[in-house]
Amino acid sequence: MLRVEELVAGYGRIRVLHGLDLRLDQGEVVALLGRNGAGKSTLLKAIIGLVPVRSGRIRLEDRPIEHLPAYRRAALGLGYVPEERRIFPELTVRENLELAARPGGPWSIERVYALFPRLAEIEHRPGGYLSGGEQQMLTLARTLVTNPKILLLDEPTEGLAPILVRAIAATIERLKGEGMPILLAEQNLAFTGGLADRAYVLETGEVRLAGPMNALVQDPRVRELLAL
Amino acid sequence: MNLDLGFLLQQFLTGLATASTLFLLAVGLSLIFGALGIVNFAHGSFYMLGAYLLYWAVRGNPEGLWWGLVEVAAIGLTLGALVERALLRPVYPRPEHHQILLTYALLLVIEDGVKLLFGAAYKSLGPPQALAHPVWIAGAPFPAYYLVQILLAALVAVLLWLFLKRTRMGLWIRAITQDRAMLEALGVPVPRLLTAVFALGIALAALGGGVTLPMQTVSPGAAVEAVINAFIVVVVGGLGSIWGSLLGAFLIGEIQAFGVMLWPEFSIAFVYLLMAGVLLIRPWGLLGRPPALRT
Ligand SMILES: Nc1ncnc2c1ncn2[C@@H]1O[C@H](COP(=O)(O)OP(=O)(O)OP(=O)(O)O)[C@@H](O)[C@H]1O
Ligand SMILES: [Mg+2]
Repeated sequence: MLRVEELVAGYGRIRVLHGLDLRLDQGEVVALLGRNGAGKSTLLKAIIGLVPVRSGRIRLEDRPIEHLPAYRRAALGLGYVPEERRIFPELTVRENLELAARPGGPWSIERVYALFPRLAEIEHRPGGYLSGGEQQMLTLARTLVTNPKILLLDEPTEGLAPILVRAIAATIERLKGEGMPILLAEQNLAFTGGLADRAYVLETGEVRLAGPMNALVQDPRVRELLAL
Repeated sequence: MNLDLGFLLQQFLTGLATASTLFLLAVGLSLIFGALGIVNFAHGSFYMLGAYLLYWAVRGNPEGLWWGLVEVAAIGLTLGALVERALLRPVYPRPEHHQILLTYALLLVIEDGVKLLFGAAYKSLGPPQALAHPVWIAGAPFPAYYLVQILLAALVAVLLWLFLKRTRMGLWIRAITQDRAMLEALGVPVPRLLTAVFALGIALAALGGGVTLPMQTVSPGAAVEAVINAFIVVVVGGLGSIWGSLLGAFLIGEIQAFGVMLWPEFSIAFVYLLMAGVLLIRPWGLLGRPPALRT
């Protein structure tokens, strides 16, 4: 579904990704592992179009998209959930959802409220007043209502209490069960271990290791690359 | 000093009429800064252009005012969209001073353009016949046209509020001031949205210039005066805030109207005092956001 070929990208003159290859197929959950600064977020931003691509290809269902602006890529079915959550602080929870909602798929505002009942309870609260966990639910819900074909999830468990981590894991499990392909950037090996089918381990903007998740979890090199 | 009720009411309404013009002028400046992050030094030029366009559209016949205003707003929309596409879009990635230089250059070009097309002399147009006479309010005479100006600005404020609060595009415009890149990543066509906001802001300024023409003459120098007034309003009210523009325009209109009563030679000093006071106590304006909350 999604293919990244020899991708070079960065910020201004700084290169962060140095010729990266990656694949995400229908129904797969693929983890993107790597310690702080490895380039996970930069890769997801380059895929959605928030970081300019210097060279290389990004294909969505065989169509090259690296030259398209971010809103066109989103309209083609890429759903990006940022690490920093980026809730619109002065809009209410409901408005945060309404501005993104796009019909033509299973996800409506009512359905994400059913998935995260807490959001329905606080739907009139401004985004700036949400707790970290509420923000994480909202940022995921907001991307879901765009009805994406692919989900790019950047560290959804960062800074969350264990109970919320389990709730997010259950949600990802459920999305996976519905056949949603997910590219999941994470540092939490225990969290990804049970969810992902395959993984790529990044270091300084390059893929160091790749393979099935259950093999990588055992691999001592992975623990070393993640500095565990 | 005559302090009867009719006189006070008359001053108050005169202040409101000034505020109406200031609101139409400043609200677009504020909207444009909020969404595009650009300080539009040419904003007053589009206000002035609106007055000239109305003058041209009615061809000397004051009865053509209403249809003329519709034309002015439509031309303002088109012109705003063209300027955004052709001139502003290329400078978004550039440093801020390039954007300022560009809008300043636009101010100069429009001023000279107007001189070429209309000459340097003052132009004027009377109000339509039906509004040319004063109405008597609490025993004091008041220009009927001022009431129309006030109603029109109030109508624009209400429509703008409904647009921003109730429509999807309005929701996007509120969001774009907070996090443009995230909005785009969610699939919202941000470039088209920026064009729309600039066009709307310019149309409002042009409309403001047009509406004011029947009560004021226009000359090429009106642009600079207008843009300074617009800046005072947004500094007081808060740059980027619609309600701030409304409040700023109201305060400045009334301070001018009552300042003239108290100290005619220095009435403008009260306006600057207000501005200085706001800058000292709330540098981001009465209804603006402190910079720390901006994203
Ligand atoms: N806006 C930016 N400008 C310049 N360099 C940046 C910017 N954002 C990130 N970088 C650099 O790019 C590199 C990769 O950062 P990135 O955020 O992609 O890492 P990450 O794997 O997501 O890390 P983390 O686990 O901390 O989120 C780092 O060296 C970082 O300093
Ligand atoms: Mg990151």
